[in-house]
Amino acid sequence: MIKLTVNGKAREFDGDKSTPVLWYLRDELNLTGTKYGCGMAQCGACTIHLNGNAQRSCVLPMSAAAGSNITTIEGLSSDGEHPVQKAWLDHNVPQCGFCQGGQIMQAASFLKRNPSPTDNDIVSAMSGNICRCGTYPRIYKAIKSAAKNMASVNMFDPKKNNSGSVA
Amino acid sequence: MNHYFDMNRRKFLKNSAMTTTALVVGTSFMGVASRVVAGVLDKPASDAMAANLFVALRTDGSVEITCHRSEMGQHVRTAIAQIVADEMEAAWDQVHVIQAKGDPAYGDQNTDGSRSIRFNLQRLREMGASVRFMLESAAAKKWGVAVSSCRAELHVVKHTSGKKLAYGDLVNEALKIKPPEASKLTLKSRKEWRYINTGMTHIDSKDIVQGKAHYAADVRIPNAKVAVIERPPVLGGKVKTLDDKAARKVKGVIDVVTIPTPEGAPMFLPKGGVAVVAESTWAAMQGRKALKIVWDDGPNAAYESDSFKASLLKTVNSPQAHVREIGDAAKVLSAASKKNRHSADYYMPHLSQAPMEPPCATAMYHGDRVDVWAATQNPQADMETVGAMLGLDKSKINVHVTLLGGAFGRKSKPDFSAEAAYISKKTGKPIRVQWTREDDLQHGYYHAASAQHIEAALDNKGNIEAYLHRTAFTPIASIFSAGATAPFSFEMDLGFTDNPINTPNMKLERGEAKAMARIGWMRSVSNNFHAFAVQSFIDELAHKAGQDPKDFLLSAIGPDRVIDVTQQKAEYLNYWSDKSVYPLDTGRLRRAIEEVVKISKWGRKLKKGRGLGIAAHRSFLTYIATVVEVEVSESGELDIIKSWVSIDAGTVVNTDSVINQTQGGSIYGITNAISHGNTFKNGRVEQSNFHDYRVARMSDSPLEVEVSIIQSEEAPAGVGEPATPVYAPALCNAIFAACGKRIRQLPIGDQLKAS
Repeated sequence: MIKLTVNGKAREFDGDKSTPVLWYLRDELNLTGTKYGCGMAQCGACTIHLNGNAQRSCVLPMSAAAGSNITTIEGLSSDGEHPVQKAWLDHNVPQCGFCQGGQIMQAASFLKRNPSPTDNDIVSAMSGNICRCGTYPRIYKAIKSAAKNMASVNMFDPKKNNSGSVA
Repeated sequence: MNHYFDMNRRKFLKNSAMTTTALVVGTSFMGVASRVVAGVLDKPASDAMAANLFVALRTDGSVEITCHRSEMGQHVRTAIAQIVADEMEAAWDQVHVIQAKGDPAYGDQNTDGSRSIRFNLQRLREMGASVRFMLESAAAKKWGVAVSSCRAELHVVKHTSGKKLAYGDLVNEALKIKPPEASKLTLKSRKEWRYINTGMTHIDSKDIVQGKAHYAADVRIPNAKVAVIERPPVLGGKVKTLDDKAARKVKGVIDVVTIPTPEGAPMFLPKGGVAVVAESTWAAMQGRKALKIVWDDGPNAAYESDSFKASLLKTVNSPQAHVREIGDAAKVLSAASKKNRHSADYYMPHLSQAPMEPPCATAMYHGDRVDVWAATQNPQADMETVGAMLGLDKSKINVHVTLLGGAFGRKSKPDFSAEAAYISKKTGKPIRVQWTREDDLQHGYYHAASAQHIEAALDNKGNIEAYLHRTAFTPIASIFSAGATAPFSFEMDLGFTDNPINTPNMKLERGEAKAMARIGWMRSVSNNFHAFAVQSFIDELAHKAGQDPKDFLLSAIGPDRVIDVTQQKAEYLNYWSDKSVYPLDTGRLRRAIEEVVKISKWGRKLKKGRGLGIAAHRSFLTYIATVVEVEVSESGELDIIKSWVSIDAGTVVNTDSVINQTQGGSIYGITNAISHGNTFKNGRVEQSNFHDYRVARMSDSPLEVEVSIIQSEEAPAGVGEPATPVYAPALCNAIFAACGKRIRQLPIGDQLKAS
């Protein structure tokens, strides 16, 4: 039995421990905001936060998630008010939107560690996330403005607060 | 405003007390005869009525606008709502968009070819205006005043006296009004537009950033099982022997189903193979790994990319079939001095559309009918293909369209829906077929592999005296007609037949090529390789003539004029649009070039290692010009600094979406230039995932793509595709300017590395 917390809720998993977290989230918890794009950590569409850090859920086995605190795009904020989500809307980033949950989770984790990134920091943090619609210039701009806004925002820290940002 | 399929619709109905009378307006798809349906609607209009009804106004004031085109990132759901809501003077916060199911009553639903707005702007405006007219008339009747003294404005009809009535309160009266004839409608003037030609935020974006937007794999049908499929690695291959014992033992696996390999043309039918059906996606994937299959590959096992490339290049270096001719290019070329003559060969490999969402569909077979939930660009093709696969009339195939996680042409070939339907029939269960990325790259419908040969003769001033271009590529025709080696006429139209070069002697020819893989359209289709060759070659000629590439490009296009290539011994379909409305107008191409020259500050001094490249092209009836600035290091590292694009797409609906598509289309063009694409060995694709199938990442892209929309009142043209074909040549021309290396064969690969 694997115990873990997903978006603030305690969960138990009794299946094949090699199952990637991605399929547990999608098929069992019906949290479909986390997307399958490649299955080998090449595209970032499946990015979640594992104990606060961006992680590709498509290659993360359930065995490695035991005892962890997972946040998905659905749990990043209660109503899309996270500064990164807001910046994404301000800059009209999404086209098809399929990769954007992963992009936002990657950017939110990155900005928490590096609130004043240089252009090179942004490019190297985000180049693991593919967008075939080609929204990179807008992602870049949205991250720049989110970084400005986040300087004055208290961020959710799962280590300090296990209740998560949404119930 | 986010209702894609039944689950969402039910939620929507519950939330908005929809058991109300509604004024419903639709249109017959060939004409614009608006018609009205009265009555109590307890369903969204698109479900309840014959499916050519686009607008429903309810007594609570809510407005449902049906989007019959597929949403794949181009924001068509927003654009269609903008058009209708604008003409009917609806308040934006009252507007709900309902996604239409597949139904021929809507007319064309094939969301490709950059034509959603082109084909629908006028009739959608007329529908919105019909509603406005009926509401104004209803208010006039209620008040006993002249219609001319009533004016609709943002969900309220106002009388000159100051009286007001809300739209919802006018529904019952409006139902008695005879809908106006289209010819008697007064459409708003452009100055009165409040939504059209603005950059409104896409209606689905708020859901997208919260992970709430629903794509094909997010559809949840009770008791649905998941299938993944091991397909024949070679086109036309069949299962020789199958041992599924181990697969069936995998926990969660419930069945194994063999899918027949089609005989004859591939069409949009499944490629064949063996499906593993399981309780979960992961179990299905594990079961698939445990299958032991011996394949009978068939003749396409001979497909080998290196030798095929050589054969294409050989083809274009000898005379081929006529496409278009002016004067006598062969004679002038043979008479030209070596100094004044130039020739070059170009090559582009197969590419995959590779949308971020791999193909996916859920199907539920009911015996006499089928429900399909799919990420499809063309639900009517799903109806036909699923019907053909299962022996049912297409009218029995009910296709629900989800959001598409990118498509780029891949998802107008609904083999994945037919797979799901077939497996559902065999197992008696609802089935979701999930393609993996490996499946997407190895079993797709590939962008044609192509070769081009161009020759030209210049006079001493640098004018193009004669021009010869031969093209050869694996034709799309081959998926519809088994063994076809000659392209369809429309494949030639895209950037080849419609060459705008001003020369007294032009000869265009096309070769033939045998396709040994499924070939299909990818964003911009054959414009990609044609524009790459033509726009690279013009740059080569500029350097040969010792002229500035921008100046040479403008003089190569020549004086402003309308070119009718059908007067030059050519067939030309003009993107299925009237040439009197959408002529090939070189003046618009010139203006696009002049605009991009201005915004990119062409001609400025650059630091060492940097270069600017320019290219211009008309595709999907839109005129576009791109400038790329690159830096190439001494060791051959390429850095794209910035890009500038000017786009003249005629009348545009959502300005921000046009910019977004133009930026994204440019970056799609980067992939076309840097990706090794799909190569074949022993008939099998050699690439399997994003580690060996390269696509542009942020590190490959400029951080800024500056777009200038040329304001125009011309008829609306394409937006989703035109930015792509022009990018690779602009990029490669910039590389030449930066470091003197000419890229004629894509991908760029190691060609810039110091040798």
